Parts: sequence; structure tokens; C-alpha cells
Amino acid sequence: MGDLFQRLGHLTLGGLRKLGRANFFMAHVLLGGLGGLLVRPRLLLSQIFFVGVLSVLIVGVSGLFVGMVLGLQGYYVLSDFGAEQTLGVMVAASLVRELGPVVTALLFSGRAGSALTAEIGLMKTTEQLAGMEMMAVDPLRRVVAPRFFAGVASMPLLAALFSMVGVMGGYFVGVGLLGVDDGAFWSQMKAKIDFYEDVVNGVIKSAVFGVIVTWIAVYEGYDAAPTAEGVSRATTRSVVYSAFAVLGWDFVLTALMFGDH
Amino acid sequence: MTLPLPDDAALVSVRDLVFYHGERKIFDGVNLRFLKGRVTAIMGPSGTGKTTLLKLIGGQLRPHRGAVLVDSADVHRLRTGELYELRKRMGMLFQSGALLTDLSVFENVAFPLREHTRLPESVIRSLVLMKLQAVGLRGARDLMPSQLSGGMARRVALARAIALDPLMILYDEPFTGQDPISMGVLVKLIRDLNRELGLTSIVVSHDVKETLSIADYVYLISGGVVVGEGTPAAIAGSGSPWIRQFVHGDADGPVPFHFPAPDYRADLLGNGRQH
Repeated sequence: MGDLFQRLGHLTLGGLRKLGRANFFMAHVLLGGLGGLLVRPRLLLSQIFFVGVLSVLIVGVSGLFVGMVLGLQGYYVLSDFGAEQTLGVMVAASLVRELGPVVTALLFSGRAGSALTAEIGLMKTTEQLAGMEMMAVDPLRRVVAPRFFAGVASMPLLAALFSMVGVMGGYFVGVGLLGVDDGAFWSQMKAKIDFYEDVVNGVIKSAVFGVIVTWIAVYEGYDAAPTAEGVSRATTRSVVYSAFAVLGWDFVLTALMFGDH
Repeated sequence: MTLPLPDDAALVSVRDLVFYHGERKIFDGVNLRFLKGRVTAIMGPSGTGKTTLLKLIGGQLRPHRGAVLVDSADVHRLRTGELYELRKRMGMLFQSGALLTDLSVFENVAFPLREHTRLPESVIRSLVLMKLQAVGLRGARDLMPSQLSGGMARRVALARAIALDPLMILYDEPFTGQDPISMGVLVKLIRDLNRELGLTSIVVSHDVKETLSIADYVYLISGGVVVGEGTPAAIAGSGSPWIRQFVHGDADGPVPFHFPAPDYRADLLGNGRQH
């Protein structure tokens, strides 16, 4: 029993220590990195291409299928009550409030976060980060900051793309295949989806997830043990922790944003 | 041949250095002096912390006691900005080369120039080509690091290390894993660059023949202390059994062939142990 408590305490302390290091790391990236990127925006743009633009395909295709499934399932339920006219509202609200930010963040951590962790971890393993330090170049500014800000900038845009394509998918299935009225689909959506409450809150969520996922990804890479096994573990941790953090924070944010209903 | 000289002739001095790696004591009161314009070698068996010593000199690790003075500045008392200024005048050649894998050979050599200077592109191009010419790889400027052999990667890294015309270069195991030709090229480069650019070189290595052929002065480190020092000739002719074993590469001697273990016979008979 005492042993169990000891291990629990050990784990807790280890976790807190890591959280502390991650916070110092992020403070350093934010303080040092932003100024450097304003001077050399090309570093940021090339990372936005790798992290954001190259994720467009997976996010778009996933959004389309999620929207189509929502259209189908929504129609089955709503038509029982004769309420299939409100399919547009259901599809759009689900996507903009929840599925857009959450699923995009999960996809983003699998596609871009894992790549960031592996890349930074390998740069550490092959002494590239130490080499930069010895050339008097701060790797947090030169390597980590552009990747972090690229992730933060890309996530809300990708989530918006996901929701947009998803609505198109729902429209295609609901109106195109199942015969929901075209005008009702859009007009109900327009009437019931509130710009601030739904759209802006969704964008805030996706921005928060962007910070969380990219932070975890770059920190795990930077903190990886400099061996093949270390990088592989860090990559796994990056995706697993991101999933936990996104789902946990989604609950918190949802409670805060939509809790007064 | 080189000592005694006044203390100000030393570009780098390591004083009473103590460093632990976790529980393990790596250095136990080490004193070293690296003279301006000379090639000084640090030799010793694997695992004696030779690379750690370079990291301590470069300020990447902090000692638990003692000081490292580079150009009369205490490396570990400098603020981050001052340390980075000092590092611009230090080149370091990593064992792996540590080239940035997403940049071409040309861009790797240009990297410190682009980061630390605002030179026009034409000047950067000329400087990079001059540095690459010095290591014989001007023709390889468009290759990516993955297309280079180990020896070529180290030569590119060397060109990058001298890009900002440093005062000194730290070489971490420059000869390890090289074929005889690359080894010869690296030996020649280290010696020639040291002479022609007036550099101070610190070479960490356990390749006895090559290191003794280029060094002006040698320190032998083992078990956290300096076990021998002197000119290459003095080291090669040393009467100490340990130094003789190291220089000649004998399998057994003061450094035993066997890692410490319980009695062989008792061990084989098991004595109830699982392993």
C-alpha cells in the first residue's frame, strides 16, 4: 500500500516537473520566437506550408465524409419526427461547435503533430540542435518557434475548412440524395446558427486546440531521449497526449461556452 | 617544445573541473591549458567524458565545481547573450557532422553567415565557395547531406565551423569511423587550417597515431583525472605502463581485459543466482 502511494507520488511529481519544464519552454519560444519571425517571415511561411497546407487534403476529405454521415444519420432520426427540414441546422451546429474543432485537432495531431515531434526529435538525436547552439543560434527561436506559430495559425483555418466541407457533404446527402428541401436546409441553418455563439466559439475552440496540439508536439520532440527508441516514444506520446488534452479541454470549453442553456 | 609558457598564452584554461553525470563522477579536479595557435589533443579511453569536456568548454553543460576560461572570460558566468557572442568565435566539429539535413551543402555553410551577418548575397556566395574550396568540396555545393559520405559530411561541417572565422575549433572525435583516405584528408585539413588561419585547435580523440601526428601537446585523461601530458614524443616514449598500454593498444595491462565481475568459477556454478 505504501509502495503504491510512493509510486503515485513519484508519478505526480514527475508529471508536475514536466509540466513546469514545458511552461518554461513555451515562455522561451513565445518571448524569443515572435520577434525573430517578424524579421524573417519566410521561416514561418515555409512551416505553414508543411504543417497547414499539406494537411488540407486529409482534413478536407475527412470533413466531407463526416458531413455525409451526419446528413445520413440526422435524416434517419429527424424524419421520424417529420423534422427533416432542420437537417441543415443539425449538421452545421454539430460541425461548427464540436466536430470541426475536435476532429480536425485529432487529425492535425496525427498528420502534423507527429511529424513535428519526429522531426525535432531526430534533429536532437543527430546533434543538429546542439550544433545550432554551438553556432550561437538558439534552436528554440530558429527551429521550434516557426513550427509552433505555423501550427497555431493553421489549426483554425483547417477546422473552418473541415466544417465547410462537412456542411457541403451533409447537403449532398440530405438534399441531393434523400430529398430534403433545398431552401429549408439553408434557411433553417441561417436562422438557427448564431455567428457569435456558434461560429466564433468554434473558432476559439480550434485556436485553443491548435496551441495545445502544437505545444505538445514541439515539446515532446525537444524533450525526446536522443535515441531511435526515444523519438518513437515521443511521437507516440505526442499523439496520445494531444488526444487526451483535446478531448478534456473540449469538455471544459463546451461547459464554459454553452453551459448557460 | 611548448611548455613552459606564460599563462596569457593560453586561449582556453580549464581549472579544477569537477563534473558529475547523475551519480557518476566524470571529472575530478581536471586542470588543462590550451595554448593559442596550437593543436592540443585530449585522449583517453571511450567513456572518459571527452565529448562532455568539449560541451563544458562550449558552455552547453555546467560544471559542479571549477571554471572554464575562454579568452579570459569565464564561460559559465556569462549571460546567454554573451555566451552566444563567444560561441560565434568558437567552431565545433561534431562527431556526426551535425549538418542540417533539410539544407544543401551550400546552405549549410551559409547558415551561420545568414544567421549572424547581413552580408549581401554575392558576398555570402564568395565566402561559402572559399570555405568549401578550403575543404576541397566546392564541387559538392548542391548535394544534400544525405548524399555525402561520412568523411565528406565532416569536411562540410568543418567548412561551416570556419565560416565565421573563429578563434578556435573544437574537434569531437574527427577520425572515428573514417577510411584511410578520409582520415588522411582530415589530418591534413586540421593541421593546415590550424596553421593558415592561426586557429587554436582542441582535438578530442582516441585514434592514437593520427592524433599524435598533428598535436603539439597531448593530455591523457582516464577515470576523471589527467593521467599523462606532454608532447607527442614524450607520450609515445612514456615509461608509464598505463600510457604504454593506451598508445600501443594492448588488450590487457593496467586496464584489465575483464570488466569487474565475481569469481568466474563461483559464477558458473550459479550460487542460486538467476543471471
